[in-house]
Amino acid sequence: MPGIVMLTVLLATPLAGALVLGVLGGRRWAPGLNVGFSLLTFVAACALTARIIAHGDVVLVGEQFFIDAFNVFLVTLTAFVGFTTALFSRPYMRVEAGRGRVSPAQLRLYHSMYQLFMATMLIALTTNNMGLMWVAMEAATLSTVLLVTLYRTPASLEAGWKYFILCGVGIAQALFGTILLYFAAEKLLGAEGVGALLWTHLNLVKGQLEPAVLSLAFVFLLVGYGTKVGLAPLHNWLPDAHAEGPTPISAVLSGLLLNVAMYAVVRCKVLVEGSLQSSLPGRMLMGFGLLSVVLAAFFLWRQRDIKRLFAYSSIEHMGIITFAFGMGGAVANFAALLHMTVHSLTKSAIFFAVGHAAQKAGSQLIEQIRGLITLSPTVGWGLMMGSLAILGMPPFGVFASEFLILTTAMKQQPWATPILLLALGVAFAAIFSRVQPMVFGETAARRLPHPPALIPVFAHLALVLMLGIFIPPYLADWYRAAAALIGGQ
Amino acid sequence: MNALPLDLQLLNALSALLLLISFAMLSQRRIVSLINLLAVQGALLFFATVLLAARTGAGHLYLSAALTLTLKVIFLPWLLHRLIRRLDVYWDTESLLNPTGTMLVGVLVVVFSFGLAQPVSALASTATRSAIGIAVAVVLIAFLTLITRRKAISQVVGFLSMENGLFFGAMSATYGMPMIVEFGVALDVLVAVLVLGVFFFQIREQFDSLDLEHLESLKEEP
Repeated sequence: MPGIVMLTVLLATPLAGALVLGVLGGRRWAPGLNVGFSLLTFVAACALTARIIAHGDVVLVGEQFFIDAFNVFLVTLTAFVGFTTALFSRPYMRVEAGRGRVSPAQLRLYHSMYQLFMATMLIALTTNNMGLMWVAMEAATLSTVLLVTLYRTPASLEAGWKYFILCGVGIAQALFGTILLYFAAEKLLGAEGVGALLWTHLNLVKGQLEPAVLSLAFVFLLVGYGTKVGLAPLHNWLPDAHAEGPTPISAVLSGLLLNVAMYAVVRCKVLVEGSLQSSLPGRMLMGFGLLSVVLAAFFLWRQRDIKRLFAYSSIEHMGIITFAFGMGGAVANFAALLHMTVHSLTKSAIFFAVGHAAQKAGSQLIEQIRGLITLSPTVGWGLMMGSLAILGMPPFGVFASEFLILTTAMKQQPWATPILLLALGVAFAAIFSRVQPMVFGETAARRLPHPPALIPVFAHLALVLMLGIFIPPYLADWYRAAAALIGGQ
Repeated sequence: MNALPLDLQLLNALSALLLLISFAMLSQRRIVSLINLLAVQGALLFFATVLLAARTGAGHLYLSAALTLTLKVIFLPWLLHRLIRRLDVYWDTESLLNPTGTMLVGVLVVVFSFGLAQPVSALASTATRSAIGIAVAVVLIAFLTLITRRKAISQVVGFLSMENGLFFGAMSATYGMPMIVEFGVALDVLVAVLVLGVFFFQIREQFDSLDLEHLESLKEEP
């Protein structure tokens, strides 16, 4: 099957899903349909991946789409988490509907926007055009604004507004950066602009792009896409949006959207680094990364809401990934890619468990969720193991990637190691001390009318565990190819 | 002394007017006037694009001018007018904190923008390169408008004005972005305003007002 067919299926399925569910999304069986569309997307992603592994990079549709080792692994990850989140969302949203928190009309909006959100992320990942990437990133924000405000509570409206304004303004900076990039490229690649925004073309001539313009462009691109990654000090929208929306949305925002934004930053960094021939972009990434790690670690102590707690943990982990990409070089890039994968899997698994736990307790407040282990051992163990995994306990995959990042930091940037270790320690204490009484302890929670979907939780954790012990050779090759592509150092 | 050709003089005059409108928006207190100013800004942008298209003979600039006319001069202002009428905030005004200070900051922003745009202008080969500084200034003043406002609608107008500035920047630096990107951006802007329209009704239903003072409960406790 040619690549173009797979790409079409990959992108058309969620778009069609958005249309179909926009009409039928309120029906009783709509959550199942949502799962079906997500599964089809995932199958297309797997087929595409198999093809890339077998035949190498492809450029499609008049060079507007470009798939290489770097983005294809993110495409698969996105489609996979999209599918498991749809599985989780099925019983979760039924419970919410049963409690009258969402009406059938709102469910229709929810399912339709869920598919649209998946489509925008997949377009952002696969497009070769830096301008279209911007358009897709902005569309990803727009499709989730109304999901964050789904419950129409005052807090969710506030979160949605903050999300829109901060990400909207942030991403406007990225548009300016893209214009500057186009400006620099157009001189080399021709005014008709045929190739001037295509990443593959830019990558070929990156050594000749005007450094003064590119460094200015990078500042804007980093601030713009960095806002969506949730880098401090532009992270304010993130905890609110994660905490106030429905939990499946928290899982995909945290597990997927942040990765996609990170992907945009890295693509830009490759170009700018090639033009400047200096480590300035890397140093900027390291700075923002470290700041986010430290800030998030200390903010973790102040959280009383479980979803906000793990939202700050996402900021921390995105900081670690940004720092690792900033260091650059084969090992650090490898570790950063691995960390992107395991963070995405672990964090969404945690949100699944947290979602069920919060539904049982009828509250998101940490002090009101108690004794999960007696009430529902599987949810309790899922949350406990997920937390241990995200805190970097061996043998989970997060340990492997954090270990690689720390040892590389010791070699290349020794000054940063104590800061990272301190922040990781603080984060460990903060999260563990909050999750422990939630899992063990006295309880007063109730049973749910729909059995929780625990397969996604344990499937994710099993994958993370596997990645910690053994990375399959083809996956490792793939990470290495992507790491080499990103370069640096 | 050789004078500039007439169309370039006109273009420069238009970009100066664009900056003037930005300052007017910064100090405008009445919501309906703010929306009208946005429409005027869109119209100026339209004229500038047409002039530039005539000068360069680039077909895609005509297309992009048509897009500006329909979206920014006609459709969005109409939609916003309709929205504020439906929301019953047509004649509302808002109190600005320290307008003099804000204007002074605005002046500093212009100086800063020209400094920021200098390396880009120096490298540009377009006839309109002197306007790049103005475009940056329009973006930053729109940002200033956005952060000094407390009403949701005014913030959206600031956001749209920012997008106008970016569009003008792309035009003066490179005669516009590739068409596919411009269409994408226009689509995003359109969807953004529609989404916000829905959003306003939700805020209104919940708080009986569009003042964002009500939206200040999500903070980290000290």
